[in-house]
Amino acid sequence: MGDISLVSLVFILPLLGVLALIFEPLFERQTNEQAIRWLTLGVSLGTFGLSLLMLNNFDTGVAGLQMEHKIDWIEADGFTIRYYVGVDGISVWMVMLTTFIMPLAILASFGPIQERVRLYYIFLLLMEWAMIGVFIAQDLFLFYVFWEVTLVPMYFLIGIWGAEERIYAAIKFFLYTMAGSLLMLLAVLWLGNEAGTFTLPEIIEQIQTGELSLGTTTERWLFLAFAIAFAIKVPMWPLHSWLPDAHVQAPTAGSVILAGILLKMGTYGFVRFNLPLFPEASKTFAPYIAGLAVIGIIYGAWVSYGQKDVKKLVAYSSISHLGFVMLGIFALNSTGIQGGILQGVNHGISTGGLFLMVGMLYDRRHTKLMAAFGGIWKAMPLFSGISLVIVLSSMGLPGLNGFVGEFTILLGSAGSEILSWWFTAFAALGIIMAAIYMLYMFNTVFMGELDKEENRNLPDLNWQELWSLIPIVVMVFVIGLQASIFFDLMDESAEALAAPYVANPNAEALVELNTGDVELAVALWAISGAVIGVVVTPIIYSGRGRNPWSGGLVGAAAGAAGNLLLLVPLWVYTPALEVDEHALPATSEAPGD
Amino acid sequence: MFEVPSVADLNVAASLPVTLLALGACVFLLVDLFIPQDRKYITAGLAAGGMLVALVLALLMWGDVIELRDGDTAFSELFIADTMTHVVNIVVLITGLLGVLVAYNYLERTKIQRGEYYYLILFTTTGVMLMGGANDLAVVFVALELLSIPLYILSGFRWPQEESEESAMKYFLLGAFASSFLVYGIALIYGATGTTSLPGIWEAVNDIVAEDAASKYLLLLGSGLALVGLGFKVAAVPFHMWTPDVYQGAPTSVVAYMSVAAKVGGFAALIRVLVAGMPNFVLDGETVAAWQDTVWLVAALTMLLGNIVAIAQTELKRLLAYSSIAHAGYILIAVAAAGTASVADEAVRAVMIYLMAYAFTNVGAFAVVIALEKDDATNTGLDSVRGLARTNPLLAAAMTVFMLSLTGIPLTSGFVGKWFVFKAALSADLVPVAVIGVVTSLVSAFYYLRVVWLMYFEDGESEASTPWPLASAIGISVAGTLLLGFVPYLLSEMTNDITLAFGG
Repeated sequence: MGDISLVSLVFILPLLGVLALIFEPLFERQTNEQAIRWLTLGVSLGTFGLSLLMLNNFDTGVAGLQMEHKIDWIEADGFTIRYYVGVDGISVWMVMLTTFIMPLAILASFGPIQERVRLYYIFLLLMEWAMIGVFIAQDLFLFYVFWEVTLVPMYFLIGIWGAEERIYAAIKFFLYTMAGSLLMLLAVLWLGNEAGTFTLPEIIEQIQTGELSLGTTTERWLFLAFAIAFAIKVPMWPLHSWLPDAHVQAPTAGSVILAGILLKMGTYGFVRFNLPLFPEASKTFAPYIAGLAVIGIIYGAWVSYGQKDVKKLVAYSSISHLGFVMLGIFALNSTGIQGGILQGVNHGISTGGLFLMVGMLYDRRHTKLMAAFGGIWKAMPLFSGISLVIVLSSMGLPGLNGFVGEFTILLGSAGSEILSWWFTAFAALGIIMAAIYMLYMFNTVFMGELDKEENRNLPDLNWQELWSLIPIVVMVFVIGLQASIFFDLMDESAEALAAPYVANPNAEALVELNTGDVELAVALWAISGAVIGVVVTPIIYSGRGRNPWSGGLVGAAAGAAGNLLLLVPLWVYTPALEVDEHALPATSEAPGD
Repeated sequence: MFEVPSVADLNVAASLPVTLLALGACVFLLVDLFIPQDRKYITAGLAAGGMLVALVLALLMWGDVIELRDGDTAFSELFIADTMTHVVNIVVLITGLLGVLVAYNYLERTKIQRGEYYYLILFTTTGVMLMGGANDLAVVFVALELLSIPLYILSGFRWPQEESEESAMKYFLLGAFASSFLVYGIALIYGATGTTSLPGIWEAVNDIVAEDAASKYLLLLGSGLALVGLGFKVAAVPFHMWTPDVYQGAPTSVVAYMSVAAKVGGFAALIRVLVAGMPNFVLDGETVAAWQDTVWLVAALTMLLGNIVAIAQTELKRLLAYSSIAHAGYILIAVAAAGTASVADEAVRAVMIYLMAYAFTNVGAFAVVIALEKDDATNTGLDSVRGLARTNPLLAAAMTVFMLSLTGIPLTSGFVGKWFVFKAALSADLVPVAVIGVVTSLVSAFYYLRVVWLMYFEDGESEASTPWPLASAIGISVAGTLLLGFVPYLLSEMTNDITLAFGG
């Protein structure tokens, strides 16, 4: 494995970009800011190109690591710490997400960032480098290094280019997330000492073969140390309080990176470390974590609805969406994990898009308050059209990306051997609530009369803004309509991850679905939609000076109808499952397809 | 009774770097008399040159290029030249070189340029090097005085100024007091074991433990008193009181040097006395050395107090003083870990790695303070860095690297140091103190990051002067901090076969 691999190339390119930017003053007498912008964009596009090449080289039939690259780094006290990188079906999508979002974030910064330009792009590329490092590292030391390093550029991005409360937000972000990772540091050291190595695949193998047995108590402690670090990053309720500050105060690109990629480091960490390293503890804690995830889903959605500031609304919606991801992962079956990973990507794309959208509004009006807008569609039709697609994608409209992820997660959690159907039922509520707050936001900002004088002459998108949104819209449809390309790549890896948790590893987890449970969940889903419609819509209506009762009826009808619509795919899927069950190798003669 | 050994038997070669530097310091003392006041750069150059030669020698000896034919002990086994000696030499000589680089222009512009400064630094450096190779409690004491007394003088170097005098006076009085603790400790250890030679003590301790003799109480008291005396040198709580006042009053260039050099000396002594001399001092029913609990308790207190009090500081020099107290705590974790026999080598290596990492970072941080300080020794408050990123971006970037390294963020040397220290602590099952260590690291992040945010996030009229020697010292420090952070291999390789066990 001594040869340099594509993964390493993807990883190194942003660092070369950083060095180029650092030494740029040596080559130019006078700082050329435009050149810096294009250089950065070029580097990030080059990285994206290389990562596409990496995707192209990916072998879907392999569960383990591919394109590995291993160099001994430190040798001490009988331990070898390695630069060891590689991707499997899960990390490959995280890397792709990173390299996809970064050029958009950079392009969207062309206009708004006019101060300390070189420093800004240095930090952006440093950020990209460190995040790719997190997703490809296969050595605990290496992983921890990048995990911590991501804090530094983000601290500066928030602190220098952020909004009014930026210093508070930056320091809170740094200390909060560092608090979690320091506990992880001890867990990493402990695990390394026990296993005699810091190389992740070796430790996992030791655990799977039973060579390394941690004992129940130790395993639980280590699980918690890792889990708290990751849960803060995700962030899971109740460890989320850094998120609204950081997201709201960060500059647009910072919010996009935070929501789009940084949070996925947390969910990725759960998948990469907690599941394979601590199988018993994962099983023990799964219901609790899933419970927190569901609370997060409801809480995030609830609080989102109460916001007056668009950016805060989007920030809190992240808590809700990430709750879905966590629920999927801790369904502890292949379906849930795949749904979780895909939903992570989806959230990166659609929430990234939402933050870009908020940024564009802010650049024009220098306010993020919803009350300052209204009727924007009439002033900026192109922008509003694209925004509608992104908003719909974020609330999980069938046919768009959000739906595929959330639906797969719900299927996974409904079929989970560990979670009861209550989790699924309450999580489903979150989808409805997402529709409420998202549409409420869209309604307030874009629809209605163009009644504010300042909004009348807002310019529509310029080319940088347009091109930073178009790839997002494209991906929204690609994932929504053709998700199988994504699932194909992660299938093997997710199966391997779920294997220790599924009683009958040959059977799809879905088959275990109890039809009675499903019907109950579905009924609950539809009723809850109607209830929320009845309760919430009048509040909205009365708040806006309309007759609340008519609103209640409309809302109830809309809620129930929307939910029934969501049932259609479930019915479409269910017969297929039943067929699957018969096709399964119940006896020894397995039909191989 | 006294047998005079012949010079050939002394095996002076083993102590070549330290002997040479001691001789050099004495010669420069005379040479300086003939150097006119306006050409003190010659003295500075001579001092730097002397240390450079010693550094090269130390590196050659470390790399076994210079082979010691007659074994690694010198002066009738008073001195030992093992890997730890070489590493201590390398660390303190680098610190000394940086110390001279940061000092020259600073002394010039604050009008306290005197030749004494440079050879006092040489003497301190010699003291630390001697400590690194001490194989006898008598040498430990002599080395301690040799490293301390010049530092007392240096603290008062700006003598008509009250703060500087106060600083020197405090340091001297408390230092002398601490030395007496050490002497008393040495006396009691001698009483218990009948020897001052460390290998001899090691053997005697074996017997004491085996026979469960009553002299173990004497030994316990003796080692405790020695810990007090040396704890003062490294600024461990509760013997840290002098640190902030001395650091604040002493000329900043002195602080830059002594904050590292005194620590290196103190920890070298702790390792020699406790880890080399009596790692086998195990009380009844225990499996670890008797001093381990005390040391980790001191470590925990030191980290807690240093880091928490640092938050309240508004003076940059005092902030760095408390930070240096805190870092003494982290290193003490590793010293405590060395009390578990199986972890001893790993822990000693962690101490050395931490000191090396700390040397570059801390001298660098003080060098930035020197650049900011006005000629009348003012402008060392936290406000002095406000807006530095705009007025002097390179200096701000350097300070950021140092602050991140002190926090222990990866890809800086500080992280590598903490990694090894915490790993040693976990290997020795010292989980509570490791947890305190990481929690206080988090606390420290706040005040280090505050320096960064003042530089980058706020506007101000920060001014700095960076003549080339100072700039190059800062450059070397940044390079060292980042290089050791990116390539920790250098550190692990340097300390690869540190082992102190006698007879084992």
